Amino acid sequence: MRELRAAFPKTIPVLMGYLFLGITYGILMVTSGFPFWLPILTALVVYTGSMEFLLVGILLSPFNPFSVLATTLMVGARHIFYGLSMLQKYRGTGKAKFYLIYTTSDETFALNCDARIPEGLSRTRYYFWVSFLDQMYWVAGSALGAIFGGFLTFNTEGLDFVMSAMFICIFLNQWLRDSDNLHLRYGKHIPWRALFLSHAPEMTGVGASLLCLLVFGPERFIIPSMIAILAILALTRKQVEPAADELRFEDKTKEGEIK
Amino acid sequence: MTMTLTQAVITVAIVIAGTVFTRFLSYLAFPEGRKIPPFVLYLGKVLGPAVFGLLIVYCFRNTDLLTSFAAGGTHGIPELMGLLVTSALFVWKRNMMVSMLAGTVAYMLLVQLVF
Repeated sequence: MRELRAAFPKTIPVLMGYLFLGITYGILMVTSGFPFWLPILTALVVYTGSMEFLLVGILLSPFNPFSVLATTLMVGARHIFYGLSMLQKYRGTGKAKFYLIYTTSDETFALNCDARIPEGLSRTRYYFWVSFLDQMYWVAGSALGAIFGGFLTFNTEGLDFVMSAMFICIFLNQWLRDSDNLHLRYGKHIPWRALFLSHAPEMTGVGASLLCLLVFGPERFIIPSMIAILAILALTRKQVEPAADELRFEDKTKEGEIK
Repeated sequence: MTMTLTQAVITVAIVIAGTVFTRFLSYLAFPEGRKIPPFVLYLGKVLGPAVFGLLIVYCFRNTDLLTSFAAGGTHGIPELMGLLVTSALFVWKRNMMVSMLAGTVAYMLLVQLVF
């Protein structure tokens, strides 16, 4: 239960975002003519926001299994990166592992990847609670939207920004943590090279994605971005890896201590 | 609905199968017992920070910078302000809830009242 108490506050941003997005999804499904239980069921078993919103349109168009599969794989491709990032963290989580992988949404990945689990707490249980709470928020939101959507009167336009804000904060949090470690390591005068290399993954992520967005457009930039990020980080491994190891030495000892 | 019930069920099943496949792929490639190659460990370390950059760009991918004010465009000002408020507050206070709340409220006010 101590894990639940540690995990819950971290999931509050997701609570807000998922309730809102879930309600939107539920309303969209029902107003598109589907029965109220369909958004709730898909929220529970499909549980991937971006794909569920696409699903509404797909279900309204003619049957085309191959294009559905292609779209799903393209939209879901980023999960391969999530998997690689969580490989080590999810090792040894036993029976919970299947559930943890199954429920890796963008937001759950973000929280669990960024988690600094307090000492003495079970890693597995902490990851489980984050994953479980997030999924329940999404299901609850979808159910609320599907059942009570018609009664909503206040203006929620723009509330979905809360999800973007969460990613911005997590991105900055990682950036600042690296900067703090740099200060610890070098004091006041950080060499330019160390400064650049330690933030290289973040800059690669933003830079490559922006470039691909400009070149390929909003509908098909994700896979090119992933390839570009992978290529740049693979080619610069010799320079980037030592810098990353040097900075994350503290994190590593912390992770090692947690059982 | 243009689909029959069976077709709809198959469609949903394909979406589930495809999603599960992408989520499990990395773990299937490197199951518990097997040693993770150093290159993959390296990717695990650096892809996390990089993919958050991608996620942020993904969130803002549909921002319309070009449509003029006269035609109802915003030139991305609400998005930019939301981004700035969220980031500035986070760098200053390092409190996620505060900066998310402020950034979202700023964005909502702009899209609802100004534009």
